[in-house]
Amino acid sequence: MRKLLLALLCLPLVALANSGEMQLDHANIDAHDAISIQRGARTFVNYCLNCHSAASMRYNRLMDLGLTEKQIKDNLILTSAKVGDTMISSIGKKDAKAFFGVEPPDLSVIARAKGVDYLYTYMRAFYRDETRPTGWNNLAFPNAGMPHALSQLQGTQVLKTEVTEHDGHKEEHRKLELAVPGSLSPMEYDKVTRDLVNYLAFMAEPEATKRTQIGVVVLLFLTVLLALTWMLKQAYWKDVH
Amino acid sequence: MGKLAAYLLNWVDERFPLTANWKAHLSEYYAPKNFNFWYYFGSLAMLILVMQIVTGIFLTMHYKPDAAQAFASVEYIMRDVAWGSTIRYMHSTGASMFFIVIYLHMFRGLLYGSYRKPRELLWLVGVVIYLCLMAEAFFGYLLPWGQMSYWGAQVIVNLFSAIPLIGPDLSVWIRGDYVVSDATLNRFFAFHVIAVPLVLLGLVGAHLLALHEVGSNNPDGVEIKKKKDPKTGIPLDGIPFHPYYIVKDMFGVIVFLMVFSAIVFFAPEMGGYFLEHNNFLPADPLKTPPHIAPVWYFTPFYSILRAVPPLFGSQFPGVAAMGLSVMIFFLLPWLDRGAVKSIRYRGGIYKTALTLFVVSFLVLGYLGTAPTNVWGQFGGWLGHAERATVIARIFTIIYFGFFILMPWYTKIDKTKPEPERVTS
Repeated sequence: MRKLLLALLCLPLVALANSGEMQLDHANIDAHDAISIQRGARTFVNYCLNCHSAASMRYNRLMDLGLTEKQIKDNLILTSAKVGDTMISSIGKKDAKAFFGVEPPDLSVIARAKGVDYLYTYMRAFYRDETRPTGWNNLAFPNAGMPHALSQLQGTQVLKTEVTEHDGHKEEHRKLELAVPGSLSPMEYDKVTRDLVNYLAFMAEPEATKRTQIGVVVLLFLTVLLALTWMLKQAYWKDVH
Repeated sequence: MGKLAAYLLNWVDERFPLTANWKAHLSEYYAPKNFNFWYYFGSLAMLILVMQIVTGIFLTMHYKPDAAQAFASVEYIMRDVAWGSTIRYMHSTGASMFFIVIYLHMFRGLLYGSYRKPRELLWLVGVVIYLCLMAEAFFGYLLPWGQMSYWGAQVIVNLFSAIPLIGPDLSVWIRGDYVVSDATLNRFFAFHVIAVPLVLLGLVGAHLLALHEVGSNNPDGVEIKKKKDPKTGIPLDGIPFHPYYIVKDMFGVIVFLMVFSAIVFFAPEMGGYFLEHNNFLPADPLKTPPHIAPVWYFTPFYSILRAVPPLFGSQFPGVAAMGLSVMIFFLLPWLDRGAVKSIRYRGGIYKTALTLFVVSFLVLGYLGTAPTNVWGQFGGWLGHAERATVIARIFTIIYFGFFILMPWYTKIDKTKPEPERVTS
């Protein structure tokens, strides 16, 4: 019976592994790489914050990354915001809705909702599509309302569809090709998006690394208590037969 | 000093039954000496109840039950409130752990026949506690005002509209609006923080009083009160709850807290099962998520709801089956006609039935978290039916079969004789 239960507990994992969704690239971020997160923050305030807010994120939270208040004020606050303010986009809600058809979502906890691999894939999956109002489409999020904000860096990708035949089955392969190079090489661009996603993950839960540090201390403390309570129990239960 | 303490205690005892209660419920409450692993979960459930109330009080100090502010106020707690994220994770993890502990506590009852005479009322109060806990969890899940909060509540409240005649009006009455809205959030907040917890506390008190009246069952399912020391009148197999089970439960509490802390500090989302990914998106009444699933602890019943096919275009049969799947626990004391209580002395039939029940509960639980196409479709020989739906139907039948056939299979089951006294 125990083996059966164990097998059943493993069942969801197997089933999840089989569900076929779009293949996401691995973001491979490192929450302890403060420099990478700092670079990501710079990309974020320069490119994303024009349209998206992060209304739960205060600028001075970036001090957790080792930045000083002055560094934040001088380099990362591009609006009239104070250092203790949250990151509010300068675009008006009505304007944004008129430009893109939807209000750009708040990005404070987007990494927890969508997952870092999705964001990493999404930011690298824009391609030119003249049928869309913005002129851009996205493989990871078809018909996204967002234009490619980093196109200057990445360049312009186009969608190529190849049809191959396997034993009478037609298979469609869709892949992106760089038609016009941007200011960065593809490898450099991957690095920029990785840093950006690293920042988004940090912003989604700034206390995550502190949390695990506390957890280690808590578990060590409980281990000591575990030994003590076990000895206490044994001492009291000596006379129970 | 000793004299002063004795004087003060005496002063209190003349006015309030302090020593009498201490004796009745702790130092002279005799519990069987052979409790095993399964007997930790009652005290652990009480611990979690207290923890949920305390963390809940601190959360209400910063949470805003307002559709425009709720989502952001939770993030405010997570970031700007000192120790806020720890308190919030304790509360969210506590909700799921409460159900894990309660399910194990209920399973203990099934293993050792703890619902049998004379403990029927104890069991009934317990099932009402379980119902309250489900209500408490459901109301609480709306409060973060994420997409899953919103659409989960929408789906569950809509279930009531499937009830013939009064359904549609009833669901509007529950929501306080035509859709889940600010009015719904406010009343759910009221239910979650005051109404249901009050009822829960009262019921837990009644549960303990009933337990201490009839005495605890044990893994052998024999009544220790039948064999008493002729001089003292103390059950021969009983030991006082204090200090023996107090110190033993302290050990259990630490083991539990280690598991609990591991989740709170290292995996508070539990892979999307304790905190669903979609709930990090603010509620949007205009955007229905492609796949709505309740939190894991409701999914066995949700699976049953989906498994039952509609009748004349009405979802009522599914809703009724789901309601019945919970309510049927009330009947357990009168369905079981076995000669013995404990699984140790039951025959192969009951053991098989209980195993099948556990398997069906787990499989239904898993299927409830996934879309119905999760395992693809059968071939043409079964009309391309969805595998998961067919399997959910089979296990729904097994689930109900466990209860409905119980009077019959427990009667014919070949049991072993119960021992006179408890074994190890």
